[in-house]
Order: sequence, then structure tokens, then C-alpha cells
Amino acid sequence: MTDISGKDVRLNAARQGVWRPLPVIGQRWKRLTLNAAVLVYLVLATSSIEVNWARVSQGMDRGLDFVASFTRPDFMSRLDEIGLGLLESLTMTFVATVIGTVLAIPVGLGAAANMAPTPVYLFCRAVIAISRTFQEIIIAILFVTMFGFGPLAGVMTLAFATLGFTAKLLAEDIEDVRKDALEAVKATGAGWLQWVNYAVQPQVMPRLIGLSMYRLDINFRESAVIGIVGAGGIGATLNTSINRYDYDTSAAILILIIIIVLLSEYLSGHIRRWTA
Amino acid sequence: MPVNYLKSGSVSWHPKSRRQRLIAWGLWFSGLALFCICWRVISENTIWEFLYDADEQALSLLGRMVPPDWQVTGSLLAPLWDTINIATIGTLLGLLIAFPLAFLAARNTSPHPVLRGFALLVIVSSRSINALIWAMLLVTIVGPGVFAGMLAIALRSIGFLGKLLYEAIEEVEVGPVEAVRSTGASPMQVLQVAIWPQIKPAFAGISVYRWDINIRESTTLGLVGAGGIGLAMNAAINNLAWAQVATVFVLIFLTVLLSEWVSANVRRHVS
Repeated sequence: MTDISGKDVRLNAARQGVWRPLPVIGQRWKRLTLNAAVLVYLVLATSSIEVNWARVSQGMDRGLDFVASFTRPDFMSRLDEIGLGLLESLTMTFVATVIGTVLAIPVGLGAAANMAPTPVYLFCRAVIAISRTFQEIIIAILFVTMFGFGPLAGVMTLAFATLGFTAKLLAEDIEDVRKDALEAVKATGAGWLQWVNYAVQPQVMPRLIGLSMYRLDINFRESAVIGIVGAGGIGATLNTSINRYDYDTSAAILILIIIIVLLSEYLSGHIRRWTA
Repeated sequence: MPVNYLKSGSVSWHPKSRRQRLIAWGLWFSGLALFCICWRVISENTIWEFLYDADEQALSLLGRMVPPDWQVTGSLLAPLWDTINIATIGTLLGLLIAFPLAFLAARNTSPHPVLRGFALLVIVSSRSINALIWAMLLVTIVGPGVFAGMLAIALRSIGFLGKLLYEAIEEVEVGPVEAVRSTGASPMQVLQVAIWPQIKPAFAGISVYRWDINIRESTTLGLVGAGGIGLAMNAAINNLAWAQVATVFVLIFLTVLLSEWVSANVRRHVS
């Protein structure tokens, strides 16, 4: 059912030199209902916001103070804590990425529909879904309860998150491999391991390296957060400084995080170009 | 493909040359060495005594979580609604800022290199800092609650949306842009008629993708007081009411599955 009257209106307007692009949704009533629904949702959603403007105006000074602290970051007065926190974050990031990526290879193979039998496929997909659904910080809370405070809980958290992320993308890549290579290697009478190593591995290796580089980056950012619940790293230092309103130190830590992320992004871009 | 003729008369074949193999071996070796050094640092900072009873701890934790306490489900629906709102409104606010920022950051639409540098700096800073850190800061500034959560999600989304959008803008076909410009259109008209229709599918896909991520992230913002189901989770954890925590986990799991389904469908539809 096309909206003929609307078309006429458009044509008449166009003859007078007023042109408007076609609407995405053809029917007028559908368009109106959708707009109304969006409006109703916005009203409902924003009605649950309670803003205490007195509190905000009070906090504004603090906010401005925080912004201003970026012009005078204080690296020195907590240098030891910052140094130790960063070292812990960096080591956690690296160890967790390596462990997570190594574990992701079998899970990724299992989660590829063209590689694994159905029960294995379902199991691996379930592991991936659980790992991807829960934020690192939730996993960190559980691991801290189980393994106690410290970077080990952080490493396990990040490794678990890396596992889900890498395995999912790896599985998608494995499902996209070219069939002729698979068939050719299988036709030579290769065993399963040889088949994977010579037919699949060369096709997905560049992608796997790229993914692990990308994940290194993400893990560093996450390592700045899981410290809040006691899983080691720079997050603990950052949390303390924010709670003490010691914004100059917070700004210093945030600037360091941004610089390290920038550097690693730059490096990983180069490595990915080099391996691809 | 290097082939070696051995003294015994047989031929050995390798996919890589000797030099390539040496480099690869060196890289693997230094990677492994770095791993060992890093592991040492972590091992020194870990109290291994905590681990002796880790299996018991894990089992008892699991035992207390199963079965989940379904009676609290009703009281969790309001916080869950808040969480969804934090993600949705946060994404919308983020889009509002990221959209103009992306045009400043894209090489082909940026009015001035200095502005472009500034936009890129904003995008990088926003991307580097986790929503939870933004939330911690905002809670100290605007006070605890849903509002802080929305702002935190918005601030975090700007970088992500901005980066993907400006990359989409940079990939725009120049043909239509030049055609529209040659009719004497103003820069805004070029944007509206030549560039916007080209990036519209990417825009929809990116927004929904970020919304999906934001749903996940907003589930934890309550841990630092920024509203949503995280608040209920934090309270349950502090009371060691693990059966209630398990209920929260199940609700989060279902919500995330739903949002992922929506996002995957929309993205398949527009691409």
C-alpha cells in the first residue's frame, strides 16, 4: 500500500523547487507510531532520573577541580604506588592475554560449526556466551572471593574475558576458511591435527595475532578497573585517589593510561599490518 | 620456498627461509621469556596461602548460589529497567556529541587540522577510560544515581562511536560529494544530501552495536553507586546473599542475550 497522496505532495513541492529526501519508512502511520513510541519511551525513561540539582551545583566545583587537575597532574607525590600499580597492570595484561589466547584456540576450534561435533560446539558456545555476558568486574568479584586479593585473581579474570572474546572471533574466522584447502589437505590422508595445522592454521593465524594484539589493548584498559574490587593493578591506586578527592594524582594516572593505550594502539596497528 | 639438498641425497623442504625461521624463533623465545618474567612479578605479589582452599571456596560459593533466590526477582525489575534506560539514554547522549565530533575528526570533512587534532584527542581520551572510572568520577560530582550512570555511559561511548563514525565518513565515495558540490550546494547541504545517506547504514549499525555493549557495561555501574541493577548486585554481595546474586546474574544474562539478539538483527538488516 503506497502512500499516493504523499507522493503527489512531494512532486508538487518538487515542482516549486522544494526537494526533500524520501522518508525511510514509507507509510505515514507507521512513521508516526514509531515516532510516538520513541517519544513515550524517552518520557518514561527520563522520568526515572532523579537529579538533585543542589547536589550537582555543589559537585560542580569538584568537577571543575577535576578538569583543572589535568593541567597540573601530580606524578611525584605517589610515584611509588603509581609505578608499582602500572607494573602490576602491565604484567597482568601480558600474562592474561597469553593465557587467554592459548586457551581460546581449542575453544575457538570447538565453537566453529565446521570443525566440531554438535555437543562440543554447544559446550564451547556456552563458555563463550558466559564469558562475554559478564563484565570483567563481575568475574573479578567472584575470583577475588575464591582466590583472595591480588594480581592472580586479576590475571584469571582477564584471561577468562580474553578467552570468550578471542574464541568467538576466532570461531567466526574458522567458519569462514576456504573449503578447497580443507579438502585438499584431507585428501592427502592427513590426521585431524595435521588437517587443522596445515589447512586451518595458516588461514586464521594473521587474524589470531591481530585479535591478541587488540585484546592486549583492551586488557590493559580493563586492568585499570578490576583493581577497584581488589584484583590488583593500577585500578586500586586510581580508586583510592578518587575517593580521597586527590584529583591531581588521578589525573596523572589517567594521563598515563591514555598514553599507554595510545602507544599500544600504534604498535598493534604496525604489528597487524606486518603480519597480515 | 627454500629447499635444502642434504648430504644423504634426500631433500628437505620448509615453507620459510632459514633467516625467517631464526627471526620467528627469536620472537617466540623473547615472548616466552617476557611471559616468565611477568609471571614472576605476579607470583611475588600473590599470597599463595589463599589458594590452598580455593577449590573449597569455589565449591561453597557455587553451593550458596544454586538454586538462585527467585523471590527477589520482582524487586529486581525496577533496577533492571533503570539499567536499560542508562544504556539507552547514555547511548543517545553519546551519539549527540559523537556525531558532530566525527565530522571534525574525519580527514575529508574536517574544517581545520587543529580542530581535527582536538577531536581525535577527545576520542582517544574517551576510549581509553572505562565507563566504571567515568562513573566513579561522576558519582563524586553529580551524586549517586541513574543520572551519573547515563553521563558515564555517554562519555565512554563518545570515543567508540566517534572513532567508528569518522572511519565510515572517511570511506565515503567522492563521486556523489563532488556531484552535489558542483550544483552549488552549501557545505551543510553536501553533508545532508551526499554524505549522510552514505553513512546512514554504518551509523545505525554502530549505534546499535554500542547500545549492546552499553547494556553490558551499565549492569556493573551500580558497583560504584551509579544506579541500575549493579546497585542491587552490590548490596547482595555485601550481605553475602549469594543466592540473590545468582538471580541478578541470571537476569543480566537474559538481558544481554536479548540485547545481543536485537543488535545482531538490526546490524544484519542494515548491512
